[in-house]
Amino acid sequence: MAHAPDFRRWLALALLLILAVAVPPVLAALGQGFYIGFAARVLIMALAALSLDLVMGLGGMISFGHAAFLGLGAYVVGIGSWHVFDGAPLPFGLAGSENALIVWPLAMLVAGLAALGIGAISLRTTGVHFIMITLAFAQMLFFLAGGLKTYGGDDGITLYNRSQLAGLKLSDPTTFYYLCLGLLVTVLAVLLRLSSSRFGMVLRGVRDNERRMRALGFPTYRYKLAAFVLSGMICGLAGALLANASEFASPAIMSWQRSGELLVMVVLGGMGSLIGPVLGAVALMVLEESLADLTQHWQVILGPLLVLLALSARRGLWGWIKGRDGAP
Amino acid sequence: MIAQLFIEQGLNGLQLGVTLFLMAAGLTLVFGIMDVIHLSHGSFYMIGAYLTATLGARFDSYLLGLALAIPLVALIGMVVEWIAIRRLYERDHLDQVLATFGLIMFFNEAIGMIWGAQPIFLSPPESLAGTVELVPGLFYPQFRLAILGTGLTVAAGLGLMIRHTRLGMRLRAGASDRAMAGALGVNIDGLFTMVFGLGAGLAALAGGMAGTVLSVQVGMGESILILTFVVVVIGGIGSIKGALVGAILVGLVDTLARTMLPVALRATMAASQADSVAASLSSTSVYVLMILVLAWRPKGLYGART
Repeated sequence: MAHAPDFRRWLALALLLILAVAVPPVLAALGQGFYIGFAARVLIMALAALSLDLVMGLGGMISFGHAAFLGLGAYVVGIGSWHVFDGAPLPFGLAGSENALIVWPLAMLVAGLAALGIGAISLRTTGVHFIMITLAFAQMLFFLAGGLKTYGGDDGITLYNRSQLAGLKLSDPTTFYYLCLGLLVTVLAVLLRLSSSRFGMVLRGVRDNERRMRALGFPTYRYKLAAFVLSGMICGLAGALLANASEFASPAIMSWQRSGELLVMVVLGGMGSLIGPVLGAVALMVLEESLADLTQHWQVILGPLLVLLALSARRGLWGWIKGRDGAP
Repeated sequence: MIAQLFIEQGLNGLQLGVTLFLMAAGLTLVFGIMDVIHLSHGSFYMIGAYLTATLGARFDSYLLGLALAIPLVALIGMVVEWIAIRRLYERDHLDQVLATFGLIMFFNEAIGMIWGAQPIFLSPPESLAGTVELVPGLFYPQFRLAILGTGLTVAAGLGLMIRHTRLGMRLRAGASDRAMAGALGVNIDGLFTMVFGLGAGLAALAGGMAGTVLSVQVGMGESILILTFVVVVIGGIGSIKGALVGAILVGLVDTLARTMLPVALRATMAASQADSVAASLSSTSVYVLMILVLAWRPKGLYGART
């Protein structure tokens, strides 16, 4: 592809990274330290939106149920913490844990397994049916979580402690922010690499013309399922972080509105670019926060804005920053 | 005793079924004919309930309120189609999901601003407030029977309309091949606006009737919307017959699971625990049904050929 936009792209990425690193000190200097926690939540939702872009932007699978994986990750952290406090043993002789090195990978594992099951069934369908069946699975998990009476039912679990990570003080908003930023950048780098790898190329080929890819001999179902599972795992990690950020895990995290918000973030930022959804998450959450400051009825403004967005923007924020070169 | 419970809950299930059908009929037409995923269909249901309550109170007559609410909501539907939905026909499903997601936000908040966040009360007409003894010892509210009757009548009327009228013929032509129907001189734009208005009116009827059984509040549209999508997907997108079969199936499964599961589970575990487990399991029953149907027939029971 053209090289001038490439330069522009790396420049934009570098500037964005510097901006992200500068957020906590700048907020602290402005006396707005409260917003560091909000900024961390923005990064976490960006991670979730990034995971959705992997299936949606690269693989062409519109999942309307990604909040389920977010919720599963959050519940693993919440349940682990609950058992530490309560002392009651978990099934299979497991004990509760607040160790991030145990709980967070477990959150990814649980979300990944769920994605394996959900994906294996949902990927037999395409188009509208795929949208609806992913939504149906997310709704099932939403109601099942609400039925966990031991873990607070509809009210969810309040975390007594944030997860513990070797010597880091995660209850400090700034430390937590930088941890989230580090994870987000790492995942973004891995996925960018993946997207230009053979796997990513096949995935994009499936998005553009699945029948042709199958004719070329690629087991497209397996590729799609692998992407779906990887995406679920990343979203599970985001969920584990989200539970830590809000010190809370509840069925509301899995609500279908949350899945819708993730879709909005991806499209707003620019689908298929991986960087775009991160920007989309920042833009949407900052917009929501500032509209909410403006009026209690902010949704009456945001709603029509979303309609306009859907009717107009084709390449999203990232397409606009990166300049035109056609490539994602 | 068990038989009575079964009949009563079966009727409740049918009544949920016809409500779902009124919603699904509009949605499946919009889906099937215009190929638009319309998430804000639930908003028309909600607006229908609110307008029925307000107009009914204003004129002191529930039926007049409902009769006024239906054309008003149909009009709102046509305006929404004209302003926003019309621009979505050529877009992909993702844009449609986004835009109509935005519309839901707007309608929910706007309704909240006008009527407040508190649920409002909608009472059925006094002439239908009594109960009927269906079988000895089983008293069933008249109004619920009236809902059931109205729903079935509308379903029959819709079926006749689609099969035997000129409008129905155009609808079927539009559903099977939009471009061809347009080339043969069917005014596609006008047809689409009309279908959208019809769907909105049916949703308002469903909302105005269901509002007497459930409470009228912001967000009532979404809980039924997702069930409606399940119905449409189970029945097969674009099929009115599928919508009817799917709606009755979903209504019965949902209601019976809610009644029978706690009874069944109480036999195996403590009552309080059984109730909460049953509550969450029964909420998932319709989704399990949908997944089973899709695993068996990926295009739904009466799905289109394509």
